[in-house]
Formats: sequence, structure tokens, C-alpha cells
Amino acid sequence: MAAKDDLGRRGEDLAAQFLADAGYTVIDRNWRCARGEIDLVARDGNDTVFVEVKTRSSTAFGHPFEAITPQKLARLRRLANAWCDAHPYRRGVIRIDAISVIAAAGAAPLIEHLRRVF
Amino acid sequence: MPVGRTQAIALLGLQGAVVEIEADYSSQLPKFILIGLPDAALGEARDRVLAAAANSGCDLPSRRLTVNLSPAALPKQGSGFDLGIALATLAAAGIVQAESIARVVHLGELGLDGRLRPITGTLPAVSAAAAAGFDTVMVPTGNAAEAELVPDIRVVAVPSLRDAAIWHGAEFEPLEVEPIQSAHPEDPANDDLDLADVIGNGDAVEAMVVAAAGGHHAFLLGPPGSGKTMLAARLPGILPDLDPAAALEVSSIRSLSGLPVGHALITRPPFESPHHTATAAALIGGGSKQIRPGAAARASGGVLFLDEAPEFNSSVLDALRQPLESGVISIHRANAVAHFPGRFQLILAANPCPCGQYGARDSECTCTPSARRRYLGRLSGPLLDRIDIQFRVQRVTSAQLKLANDGGQLTTTLARERVASARACARERLAATPWSVNSQVPGFWLRGPQARLSSVVTSTIDRALERGGITMRGYDRVLRVGWTLADLDGAPTPSADHIGRALYLRKALSS
Repeated sequence: MAAKDDLGRRGEDLAAQFLADAGYTVIDRNWRCARGEIDLVARDGNDTVFVEVKTRSSTAFGHPFEAITPQKLARLRRLANAWCDAHPYRRGVIRIDAISVIAAAGAAPLIEHLRRVF
Repeated sequence: MPVGRTQAIALLGLQGAVVEIEADYSSQLPKFILIGLPDAALGEARDRVLAAAANSGCDLPSRRLTVNLSPAALPKQGSGFDLGIALATLAAAGIVQAESIARVVHLGELGLDGRLRPITGTLPAVSAAAAAGFDTVMVPTGNAAEAELVPDIRVVAVPSLRDAAIWHGAEFEPLEVEPIQSAHPEDPANDDLDLADVIGNGDAVEAMVVAAAGGHHAFLLGPPGSGKTMLAARLPGILPDLDPAAALEVSSIRSLSGLPVGHALITRPPFESPHHTATAAALIGGGSKQIRPGAAARASGGVLFLDEAPEFNSSVLDALRQPLESGVISIHRANAVAHFPGRFQLILAANPCPCGQYGARDSECTCTPSARRRYLGRLSGPLLDRIDIQFRVQRVTSAQLKLANDGGQLTTTLARERVASARACARERLAATPWSVNSQVPGFWLRGPQARLSSVVTSTIDRALERGGITMRGYDRVLRVGWTLADLDGAPTPSADHIGRALYLRKALSS
């Protein structure tokens, strides 16, 4: 596995932990279908939350949030629909959130969470 | 996070409106939204502000930034809002004190390196800020001298965004930068034109003095090389200094046109001589989004000289009729109306015919009578109606040249003194009226009981009127010029001689 995949994997772990600490229930991770992959799916009360996790080791090439483009969000929305089709019993309000993880080597990771980004 | 709030000025003509700039960060993916009818240049403020902030050492949050310019319906142009947008953004990010920027009006364009660039229209914008009751305005260093011309407002000049932020309480180390100065060099003084350079043509020099004393519009007709341009260019020199209100107006128009203003208000009357290919927009002003002043507005308070007047497009010339009537240039566009001052003194010059030689003593005219008539016919009657002095200029003969070498010509200094005293006379006489120079006085007043002249004095023009030599309008104009001649001679009322000379100053065209 390449180093960047390791970093992404670690970021997703940190984000899942962050959500669990915030009282969310993580119900799916790295869910795949023909159209792509959802990083995290969680329950927050009555909401089904689809989370895009973006991890970087520094902000030298921009903040992780800046890498979440409108195209990426549109794809996430389509994937959310696909996920709901595949899990028909999980109805409720759906929401798309973004989590950025800045994991510099040798420092505590910095996690930021934006709700309802789309 | 707090909402950052500050002010800038949007200019429409010479009037400025205070625009409130609000900046707010919301918890959304990073984006910069600028709303409130910005034009293309102002829309690009987004990229300038972000780059300038980053290069000034400001760490802005990666969140959605919304900047609102209100009143939202007022169209806003140009780059002068950059500094206000940047500081409102810094306040929203908690880098500068929100209370500090809320009290100040900010003007200035940002460079990508964070330095502030001078903008046009600083003078009217700062005047508008002072009129709106603000006591502090922040401008780029390059505009400092101009902004300080406005009384009763404190001017803070800063070279860069970083210094602006430090002034508003940001905790940065000051960083020495080279301030960006206005690119315009001081323009060369026009003061070396002296009336004494005009030799021969004593009558024409006298006509110019009369035009200056009464503020009369003038029409010079003569063959090429008779000195029409030379005479007109020397007219601003013999006009009196501008009063403070007019000086502010002239300087404001220069500032708005992007011309240098210098370190003091301009006190000498301006001189504009647009080329005869000028369009109506170039002459009176125009533009679809940003309405810019034209040559007539730049000449307000001074002289607008139209050389080769019949060569101008007739619709362009007729566009001057409204400002000649009202003293105000109003430019109407779909989204706004801009007003500029239009109190210029109009000097028209023309050749008598297409070949130019008609009426010259030393050469033959080759034009047909109909070509001659068509040529001057391009000047519309309503326009010529507003011109008090219509005068024929002749080429200088060798005899006049020899005589002139003996000296004795009227100098600009002397002429200006005569003009000033004549204007003082007129002002005193017209103190109880809304007018101050003779050219403003309407005919009914001159013929009314306040100023009626005896029939002995007016017998020449009465006869001319009977014979159809002059019209009633022409009659009024002769009276008006007659009063100016009397003022120049220090006489309490015009004599028959003054009226006769006034009639002579109208004889260029047969009307």
C-alpha cells in the first residue's frame, strides 16, 4: 500500500473515532458500489449522515476542505441515493458532512467537522 | 465568529454614496461569495483580497466567506472596495478589531503582494465620506495628498494591507514596504501662454477680454492662420481664480478622470480642446456601467474650446445645448443618472468656408456660395443662439507686425486685473439677483425697469431690430455684452458707444 493510502486509512479511522465520541453510530465504512465509494455512513439520532473524509499531512498544498470540489459532492449525493436504495429499511433524513483530518507526523491530528455541506 | 462591517464609497458622477461592506464566515466548505451588484473589476476583488491577505501574513479560515455590499441594488464599480472588503474579512476572522473598522471609511485597490494601489476619484469619495458624517478615512499612500485636500476629516494613509490591519489592532510586526505612488507625472504648466504673444488683432484680444469679463460664450470666425486657436488658449489665463467651491469641483472632476490633482486644490480655470472627431460620449461623458465625465465636465469652471466647430458631428454639438442652458450635465443610463457640473465657457472657432479663404484680404476663396452656406449651416441655430460674442478674426498684416514690434500689447496680467475689476462691478450690481456675471442675466431683466437703458443709448440696436438686422434674442445679447463693456470701463450704465461696440462683437455672422 502506498503511503498516501495509509494516511487516508488512518484519517478515516480517526474520523470514525471522532464521530463515535460525538455520539454518532458508525454503520458503514468504505461502502462501495459501481459508481464509487462512501468513506463513512453514520447515524446521528434520526439522521443518516454520509461523511466525506479528507486527510492531509499538512496544509502546504491547501486545506483538506479545499479539495472537496462541487463535483465530488455531487458524486457523494448520487452515492448516498445508491446507498439508500441498497438499505431500504434505513429511511430518515439524510445529510452530507465533511471531515478534514490534518495529521502531521509527530503531532496530534487536527480534526474539523462541517455539517450539511451539500 | 463575528460579522465584519465597514464602509466604502460608490461614486456616481461626482456624488458618492456610502456602501456598507459586511463579511461573514459560515461553517461550510471553503468558498468566497461576493454579492451586491459588483461589476467585473469589483468581482475580481475576491482573488486580490485572498492573495493580498495571504501575502500579508493573515491566516484566514478555510470556511465559506460571504461578503455583502449594501445597499444591494446600487450598482458598484471598480477596485476601490478592495481595502474595505479585506478589512471586513479580517474582522470576521477575528484578526482586526471589528469596532475599529466600523468607524472608518476605507478606499483602495489591493495588489497581490498586499500593497495598496492608488484609485481614481479619491477626492469626491473622501468629500462624500466627510459629508456623510464620518471622521476618519483610510486611503492608499499614493492618494494621501489628494485626500488631505478635504477639510474636516482625518486621513489615514497606509502603504499596505498589513499596515492597515496593524492600525486596526492586528498583532503583526510592521514590515517596511515601498508605497505605490500615482503613475501620473505632474502635467506641465500652461501658464506660460501670455496674451502679449498675440500681435496685431487688437480687436480680437479685446473681444477675449470682454468674453472673460462677462463669462460670455464666443464664436471666432476667421481664415486659417489668423490666430483663433492662439486667442482661445490664452482665455483661461485672463479668467480670475476659481472660488473654493469651484476649485473643489474642478479638482474632483480631475480626480475622477484619473488626472493628477497635486498637493493643493486647482485654482486656475481648466482648458479643454477636444478634437473634432470627438463623440458625444467623449464630449459630455458617458459609459454604460461606470459613467465617466467628458471634456465638457472637465472644462467646467473654465474654457471648452471647439476648434473647427463645423467639423464636429452636429449631434455632438447639440448635446452641449443642455449644459449651456442649465449648467449641469446629466447623463441618463438604464440603471442610473449621473450629474456632472457643466458651467464651462464655450469658445467655438471656425473657418468661414471649406477652403478657409472667404473674406480674407490676401487670397481668393474657391468655394461655391452653396458650399459656404452649408459649411456654417452645420452649426445649429439653437446652439449659436446661446453664443453672445460672434467675432471675425483677420490675418495679421505685415504693417501690424511692424507696429507690434514696438510693444504695447495687452499682457495677461494686465488683462486679468481688468477682468477681475469688471467682474467685481457686475457682482456688486447684481448682488440682489441670483446671477453674478453678465452672461447669466436673462433678457427680460435687462429690458425690465431695473436695468432699462434710455432710447438714446439703444437707438443703434433699436434701428437694427426694426430693419431686421438682429433678432430679439440678438438684441438681448447685445445688451448683455454692452453691460460687460460698461463694467470694463468702470461706467455705471452702458453708453451708446458701449452698445455700438457690443453690436460690432456680434457681426461675424449676419444675424
